[in-house]
Amino acid sequence: MRTIAITPRKRRLIAFYLFISPWLIGYLIFTLGPILASGWLSLTDFDGVSTPRYIGADNYKEIVHTDLFWKSLWVTIYYTLGHVPLSVVGALCLAVLLNQKIPGLSLWRTIFYLPVVTSGVAVALLWSWIFQPSYGLINIFLFEVFGIQGPGWFFAENWAVPAFIIMSLWGVGGPMLIYLAGLQGIPTALYESAEMDGANAFRRFWHITLPMITPVLFFNTVMSLIASFQVFTPAFVITKGGPNYASYFYVLYLYQNAFENFRMGYASALAWILFVLILLVTIVMFRWQRKWVHYESVR
Amino acid sequence: METFSTNLHKRSIPIGRLSSKKLQNTVLRTLCTAVVAVGALFVLAPIVWMLSTSLKNEGSVLLMPPQGIPHPLQWRNYADALDFMDGGLVFGNTLFIVVLSIIGQLIASTLAGFGFARIQVPGREVLFILVLTGFMLPVQVTLIPQFVLFSRLGWIDTYYPLIVPEFMGAPFFIFLARQFFLTLPAEMDEAARMDGCGYFGIYWRIILPMSKPLLGIIAIQTFMHAWNDFLRPLIFLHTSTKYTVALTLQNFTADYGMTPWHLLMAATLMALLPCIALFFLAQRFFIQGIVISGVKG
Repeated sequence: MRTIAITPRKRRLIAFYLFISPWLIGYLIFTLGPILASGWLSLTDFDGVSTPRYIGADNYKEIVHTDLFWKSLWVTIYYTLGHVPLSVVGALCLAVLLNQKIPGLSLWRTIFYLPVVTSGVAVALLWSWIFQPSYGLINIFLFEVFGIQGPGWFFAENWAVPAFIIMSLWGVGGPMLIYLAGLQGIPTALYESAEMDGANAFRRFWHITLPMITPVLFFNTVMSLIASFQVFTPAFVITKGGPNYASYFYVLYLYQNAFENFRMGYASALAWILFVLILLVTIVMFRWQRKWVHYESVR
Repeated sequence: METFSTNLHKRSIPIGRLSSKKLQNTVLRTLCTAVVAVGALFVLAPIVWMLSTSLKNEGSVLLMPPQGIPHPLQWRNYADALDFMDGGLVFGNTLFIVVLSIIGQLIASTLAGFGFARIQVPGREVLFILVLTGFMLPVQVTLIPQFVLFSRLGWIDTYYPLIVPEFMGAPFFIFLARQFFLTLPAEMDEAARMDGCGYFGIYWRIILPMSKPLLGIIAIQTFMHAWNDFLRPLIFLHTSTKYTVALTLQNFTADYGMTPWHLLMAATLMALLPCIALFFLAQRFFIQGIVISGVKG
């Protein structure tokens, strides 16, 4: 009897590829293949069924001459400019407060984190009821407490995006939790010696907490930037982009072109533009971080 | 050295200054608590409002000023909402997808994670970077070609597009699994190999039993994601009897005509309940994230 000799090295190699094969096959079929296909499709006229017809850069040319593209891009940037700073700074403030020795700490943390585990359609519907102009909680609150007649929120062109921004802040517990983990990693000795030197609470925050937390601040900023470029479900469920395209988010535009108008070539071009935009913003953030993010040199 | 000198300083503080500092701290702490409490009120208000609306009748939803605690409490709304959205079917559909997704992710992500953490081969790092590129990529880029692929396979309006990719693992979970496995001591692999275990034996008998926190995190996050997923079911499912909870909920108002807020809030609350319940049951998995622990026994 002859057995084929398998060296331990070969065995390792075979085992490794067997172990990662589900991922590797999935990566080729569901990620790498589609990326390449999407790049090709963006250069074609394609309805999803018939053979794609190569049209060069026509999709891209059409996109930059379409008002709706610029409108949807602006809506997305407007939302991002509101959502990112508010949630990043708000979450930090909250985390600092919840890092103090106040009574009921774990209860508070649980409450603030609770909305994070909810998401999607249910949350969108909940908020469309909260913002309902005549019977919703917010306008009732504004009227009963301050005597103010609240705006039409999702029904008003000027208030739709602000309503989405306010709604997004409900999830502030997500970044808050990441800050808390970071805050707990700051050595207490730093605070103790600062206190000895007579630094008050504000100065301790400004000169110790803030510099020490910048890596987390940076992480949360990048993550929420990327996410806010991809908002879809709340807009689709609550406003469908209205009124008068006031909340016509970029991905909504992409979705409607791909799956309602079946302009899949055009939509692929939109997807690539989104991809490049996200990539550019991320690269800019990484460049910019050298100026303000403080990394401990030795770990 | 640092702590030593700090301790010395602490001891030398005069009593008077200490108590004024104490007072200042108490004031500050009270202020913090007040701010946090007000914030918590704002966070909880939507949930309380949803609960309150869900127990009202059609008329009292529109009462001004609104009733905080509805009178009478109309528990029937929950049964009505379930009835209207064909709840048994829809929740069953969603659960089916969720359970299979969890199984798929648990298997595929830990297998790949084990390969990347425990089997040393050339080229491993390059492949791992490929894994990492997966979570930079916006889903929109791959969505259209995937749709074309699935429609060529005849998978549109079936659960395959929602389930099969889950059996390929997810970049984030593979990353998590690798990080976790790296914290487990390598000597255990050696010992197991002495006893005649192959790689799969090590994975199955040694590593997995020690990785319960990791498995918990993957299962819970997959549950949350699959339960709430909207875009993919929206694109891939067309027949309403195959709908998930999220899809049905989205069509609730359209099917009903004008918005029945009391029923809609009852339905919404039921849709959120599994996630909220899971959160309270398994809070430590959410809060502590990954506790990378060595061998404890």
